Amino acid sequence: MPILSALAVRAALIHLLFGFTIGAILLSNKAVSLHPALWSMLPAHIDFLLFGWAAQLAMAVADWILPRHAQRPKRGSRGIAGTAFIFLNLGVLLVAISTWMPFNTSIRSIGRAFELLGVTAFIVIAWQRIATKQRQIS
Amino acid sequence: VPRLTQWYLRSALIYLVLSLTIGLVLAANSMLGISPSLASLQPVFFHLFVVGWLTQLIFGVAYWMFPKYSRETPYRSVNLSRATFWLLNTGLLLRALSEPLFQPGSTPFLGYLLILSAGMQWIAGLFFAINTWGRVKTR
Repeated sequence: MPILSALAVRAALIHLLFGFTIGAILLSNKAVSLHPALWSMLPAHIDFLLFGWAAQLAMAVADWILPRHAQRPKRGSRGIAGTAFIFLNLGVLLVAISTWMPFNTSIRSIGRAFELLGVTAFIVIAWQRIATKQRQIS
Repeated sequence: VPRLTQWYLRSALIYLVLSLTIGLVLAANSMLGISPSLASLQPVFFHLFVVGWLTQLIFGVAYWMFPKYSRETPYRSVNLSRATFWLLNTGLLLRALSEPLFQPGSTPFLGYLLILSAGMQWIAGLFFAINTWGRVKTR
């Protein structure tokens, strides 16, 4: 597994734990009403699990197993792949913490923009690698 | 495919059908107004899809395809992975059964079931992360 995929898989596992932890708190809060303000963690729960966990793991595994280019860099620009990793994780974290921050809607919007940039950067490197066996990728 | 991956993938497929069935019931309810109480199935619909189908599919495929931990224990701890499977599925089923019945002021037993379900799923996530972490290896 390439180092960037390994980093992204580990980041995805951390997001999974954050998402499951918040989920467990929210479900318990439903049962025993710990504090009404805990419901504000719902967007963080959703973002950690959908983007931080599932989407990030899918992208990490895709970068690992998609067909490689014939010439170096075999998996496409590592700079762009690294940018995708940083922007996606920063985006999820910003959306997650936005609930408790002043100017929360602005921070959430910046987080969403970062997520979009991260995903777009990933698409830039993955697009050419999505090739059939018959088609030689250069 | 390892036996445990078979369990994960077959369970994931069952949850996919279950969640889409509940989705159909919810859509029919909003169209025909069958019963207002059916709306309480909404969180169950989401979680059967995201946890039961999507996450469980990932768990099963990762267990099978991630780099082997060692020659002697390729899947690292099989017991931890089995515990993950049972905790995740029991927790999710407990939630699916108790959450629609739970209302503020209802019997505390349903609340305890929800807390138990939350704990079981959380431990399943923790066990999966622990077992998988060591298998994420660079060449």
